[in-house]
Amino acid sequence: MSWLLVALGAAVGAPLRYLTDRAVQARHAGEFPWGTFVVNAGASLVLGVLTGAVVSSGTYALLGTGLCGALSTYSTFSYETLRLAERGRGVLAVANAGGSLLVGLAAVFLGSALGRALAG
Amino acid sequence: MSGPAGPGDAVDPDVDLRVPAQRAETAGRGGWRVPAAVAAGGVLGALGRYGAAVLWPGSMWTTLGVNVVGCALIGVLMVLVAEQGRGHALARPFLGAGVLGGFTTFSTYAADVARLLERGEALTATAYAAGTFAGAMGAVWAGVRLTRAAVGRAGAAA
Repeated sequence: MSWLLVALGAAVGAPLRYLTDRAVQARHAGEFPWGTFVVNAGASLVLGVLTGAVVSSGTYALLGTGLCGALSTYSTFSYETLRLAERGRGVLAVANAGGSLLVGLAAVFLGSALGRALAG
Repeated sequence: MSGPAGPGDAVDPDVDLRVPAQRAETAGRGGWRVPAAVAAGGVLGALGRYGAAVLWPGSMWTTLGVNVVGCALIGVLMVLVAEQGRGHALARPFLGAGVLGGFTTFSTYAADVARLLERGEALTATAYAAGTFAGAMGAVWAGVRLTRAAVGRAGAAA
């Protein structure tokens, strides 16, 4: 039944990415894709909590594979990076690529520490 | 620089509020349709990613493959939908933000790199992080370029 949990998580995660992206863009006009940057960092934080807390396989399917997997995206991130480069915004493209990885990693480590603390 | 007028100028393929039509797509009585299309597509994409993990289990290289394939397809899709204006109005939210957004994942990628670093496998972590990024950028670039070339040839032949 894991596939059903993955589907349920994704049914929330994907529109949450879309709506969060809109909310972030509404506050930060400009070319840098802050919306996608924020959802990828947020999903990495939550996934870190799940791995740190060592949750059950069902919880991981629902929240990890489903919710965080659909909340975060590599396709949107790579297309944005390409578009920034194509539009002559090389510095923003590099900042998006490097920043997304560094902040994503930091979010996983932070989440993992939180998860371990929560699990005791 | 003033804001772009058309969807071909968008940077964010999920939704770009600088494109007036995309800014307005959640307004009014039918405003639920776009988030619903994203959710439906996201479910299909995530199940595709889960299916790949069932077929080739326990390997971060499966995630790498999923991400690279998804990036090639977003390149193809966005040339057709954003640059050429083809397809249904829900094609971008359903296929782009939904299916491909749900299929690919950044969180699992970041968590796998973090896990390798924690284990002291810095070389594998670097190779995986850089390999995914290079593969994804090569794939999205190739998807965009090949589709633009194919569309250009089809246009010239017509």
